[in-house]
Amino acid sequence: MNGRNLRNDLFYYLGILLICAPFLKMHTVYVPLVLLVAWGVRSCAAFAGESRTFSDIRLKTVNTLVAHQTLAVGVILSAALLLPFASSNYLIDVLTSAILYAILATALNITVGLTGVLVLGFIGFYGVGAYTTGILTAKFALCGFWIALPLSGLAAMLCGVLLGIPALRLKGDYLAVVTLGFGEIIRIFLTNLNGLTGGPNGILGIKRPSFGLFTLDHPRDFYWFSLAMLALIVLIVSRLANSRYGRSWVAIRENEMAAGALGINVFRKHLLSFSLSAFFGGIAGSLFAVKQGFISPDSFTFYESVLVLCMVVLGGIGNVIGSVTGALLLIVVPEFLREFSLYRMLVFGAVMIAFMVFRPNGLLGSRMITQEIQDREDDGQ
Amino acid sequence: MLRLTDIQLLYGPIEALRGVSLEVAEGEIVTLIGANGAGKSSTLKAISGIHAVVGGSIEFRGQRIDGLPPHEIVGRGISHCPEGRRIFADLSVRENLLMGGYLLPKSETAQQLEQVLAMFPRLSERISQAGGTLSGGEQQMLAIARALMCKPALLMLDEPSLGLAPIMVAKIFETILSLRQHGLTVLLVEQNAGAALEISDRGYVLEVGSVTLSGDSRALRSDPRVVQAYLGG
Repeated sequence: MNGRNLRNDLFYYLGILLICAPFLKMHTVYVPLVLLVAWGVRSCAAFAGESRTFSDIRLKTVNTLVAHQTLAVGVILSAALLLPFASSNYLIDVLTSAILYAILATALNITVGLTGVLVLGFIGFYGVGAYTTGILTAKFALCGFWIALPLSGLAAMLCGVLLGIPALRLKGDYLAVVTLGFGEIIRIFLTNLNGLTGGPNGILGIKRPSFGLFTLDHPRDFYWFSLAMLALIVLIVSRLANSRYGRSWVAIRENEMAAGALGINVFRKHLLSFSLSAFFGGIAGSLFAVKQGFISPDSFTFYESVLVLCMVVLGGIGNVIGSVTGALLLIVVPEFLREFSLYRMLVFGAVMIAFMVFRPNGLLGSRMITQEIQDREDDGQ
Repeated sequence: MLRLTDIQLLYGPIEALRGVSLEVAEGEIVTLIGANGAGKSSTLKAISGIHAVVGGSIEFRGQRIDGLPPHEIVGRGISHCPEGRRIFADLSVRENLLMGGYLLPKSETAQQLEQVLAMFPRLSERISQAGGTLSGGEQQMLAIARALMCKPALLMLDEPSLGLAPIMVAKIFETILSLRQHGLTVLLVEQNAGAALEISDRGYVLEVGSVTLSGDSRALRSDPRVVQAYLGG
């Protein structure tokens, strides 16, 4: 284990402890628990083929590595499943919204992380999804949640395509500014389209989804449902990231001209990543609408877009597990900062700056190649 | 095989190509030489469709390809290995190569990968390394190998010897010669005019956007104008 790896590991755990500090100050007993979860998360990341920045992962042989990872995934999943039995309804509610943000961050990661297109108005798609569900199930009561859910995704995707066709011809900062404009336009639409969206008053009385006679009324049931959706979306996105499509996205991010010269239709691939990202954003919006039961334009401000972007950056750009981790940290931890709410944004900013300085690739690092481990095995190292 | 007739290309108001005409026959190695800014790279970009032409025509195997998008041109069998390597630094060598075979049907990819790797044993040693961790020469090898993955009929190489040590340059030129034995046609752009003319059949000299000299490589090598301007006579 060389010095650089050791430093790397140290920063990872210190970073997690730093972010969780206010929470841990109240409950010191949780320090080992947090460290255990931190270890589990990075093992999950390695399991999903995401990370190779850690010394212990490098030094393990493939067989023990797989066993270690399977164990970690098992621990994390069963902890996530059993958590509601041990927490208050309030905590479950916080965790559920963290899960929704995790879906958002995973979705945004497709464009920002994998394809390298900076999107600043991502919350617009979230808003479109939420309002589609609100309008269809509550305002006009046209259909149930199970039809509204895919329709919300599709509506957001349609917005993505309509925005993407002209906007994706722009590059870099210019594109970012256009998407920022899009987010604002959606919010202003929602505020002013009184007949359809209820204007600033929003839409009330959106019902929780149900399976036949069983309604997901209890926060615990809805938590499990969201968790299942998150797991499904993470699975889809990480499969995509390691597929031909994922590779072509990364190729475009790395070098657009070379990608074009190899026969990749750059514009179409951009549009695909953009609209997929919008689709999952819309799905998250739909879940948000049924979770809250009430939606208004206030939930879809520019601040939210920035927050989601921070989650992606904090977790490690292009790293699927990283996005989920970033979302959990940025939603759950500030909840415990409520008593210092005056200084919350100050701490938040300081943490982001510390990250930029000490871990510019994010907590879990960018998407990396797992085969290196296999190589080391072959070399007998 | 490839015929350019009176190609014009603009960068904004600047005329980069002012009526370039040239021909490449099946199985040839053809070199474009010329000073910086003469329009060598622009000619390749025009052929591969990365930069649209404003006048003239480009024919490949009897069909016009000017105006087609780059991915369709690659599909017709022209592969462009752009200047400055431009490998995907965060992807592994294998993934880089797989991206090169993007347009191949899935069933042929594995076989083509094997064939390309047989040509570049150095790359198979480094198959799982991230592209960005390779040395300059290896990266150039990777760029060429990647361009070969789509089973092209015509390979266009832009400055493959740029910034490489002399021994690596010799290796690259050897590779180009062996590619011809595999039945490939090569259009080569080079600053290193002497070495390029040595391995090629014919050459064109570009000056400020038009062809000023052309002919057999051997004749060009002894042409006093070429010797003085490009070979350091």
